[in-house]
Parts: sequence; C-alpha cells; structure tokens
Amino acid sequence: MSLTISRAFVDAIIAQSRAEYPDECCGAILGPVGSGTPTRLLPMINAAHSPTFYEFDPKDLLALYREVDDNDEEIVVIYHSHTETEAYPSRTDIAYAGEPGAHYVLVSSRKEIAPAIEFRSYRIIDGVVTEEEVSITE
Amino acid sequence: MSIEVRIPTILRPFTKDQKAVVATGSTLTALITDLDQQYPGIGDRLLENGALRRFINIYINDEDVRFLGSLEAPIKDGDSVTILPAVAGG
Repeated sequence: MSLTISRAFVDAIIAQSRAEYPDECCGAILGPVGSGTPTRLLPMINAAHSPTFYEFDPKDLLALYREVDDNDEEIVVIYHSHTETEAYPSRTDIAYAGEPGAHYVLVSSRKEIAPAIEFRSYRIIDGVVTEEEVSITE
Repeated sequence: MSIEVRIPTILRPFTKDQKAVVATGSTLTALITDLDQQYPGIGDRLLENGALRRFINIYINDEDVRFLGSLEAPIKDGDSVTILPAVAGG
C-alpha cells in the first residue's frame, strides 16, 4: 500500500495548513473512480474552527458526495492538519474514519519540528491504522 | 410510499453492498425502523440512546435533517434520503 501524490498537492495542503493555523485545516482530493489517483484537490472549510478538531461542514459534505457521483469520481485522499501533535491519527480520527477506501493524510506543523512539516498517509479500516509509504511526484 | 435511501460505503456491509435501497416511513424514525427490519443492525449505526448519532449526517433531499426536526422530520413520497458519515476527527 502506498500513496502517490504530486508535489503541487503536497505544497497546497501545507500552505493551507499554515494559512489556517492555529485551527486545523481539512480537505479532500478526488480522482476518477477506480483509479486510486488523486487528481482534483478540494480544500474544505473546517466547520469546527478548532485547533483540536475538524469537521467538513455537513452541507458541503453532501455537495461533495453529489459532485463525486456526478463526475464518476471517488474520494482518494482525506486530509487534515494537526497543529500541536504529530501527524498520526488521533483516537477521534480513528473513531470517525468512515471511508475505508481513502488515504487519510495528516500534516503536522508542530513547533518542535519547525520549520519542517510532517506529511504522512494512513489507511484506517475498522479501527486499525496502517501507515503507508508516500511517493511524491514532481 | 417508497423512499430511496443512499447508503455510504461504510454501511454497505449491511445492505449486501447496495449503494441505494428502498424503505418506507412517513418520519425519519419510521424510515430507520423499516431500514433496520430489512437490514438488521443498520439502525444501531445511525442511532445512539434513541437519538441520531452525532457523527452521522442524514439528509432529506438537500437538507440536513437536524434542520427539519431530526428524527421527527417528515418524509413524503418522492423524497430521497442520503446517509453520510461525518468527515471529522481531532
């Protein structure tokens, strides 16, 4: 298992996490159904506006799924940022992970590692977290 | 009265992998009761202590049921219901 993702998307997610700091940022990357390839980045509003929690706005969530269906796409990546802790799924991340087919990407901008940013990817299936390799394409 | 209910990936093990199923009920409570009779166990994934689970979103047409009376939300013929787990975490 691994995630292949373009440098442009990695940079965009990191930029979003900085722009929304100290709140967590979140979003999704869509791709053609069955491809497993992330091709379209959709930053989402963190309806929780919180440094310790994120939630896609319920109205935006419905619009997102409608769009995915209409365009024969799938949600390839669901990402969010951690601002004070490492880029590893928290207990709530695991409890609410509802897309067994998605790569869950976490970025961390915690100050202990500044100016570096952690960018890691996981599968979260039935409460089990499996980290996977990330290959970044230029 | 038959209502189309769209089922998210995570609940499809209950519906034999069907993306959409048909159920009946004139309120959301009645609809969930019918769904659970057809697909035993799915009700527990939607409700907790008799209320809608916090991180499950249910929509009637385009509206979040939390703005329509939650479990008391009325449903009429031709409505479509969509269930989506929240995308959320800490």
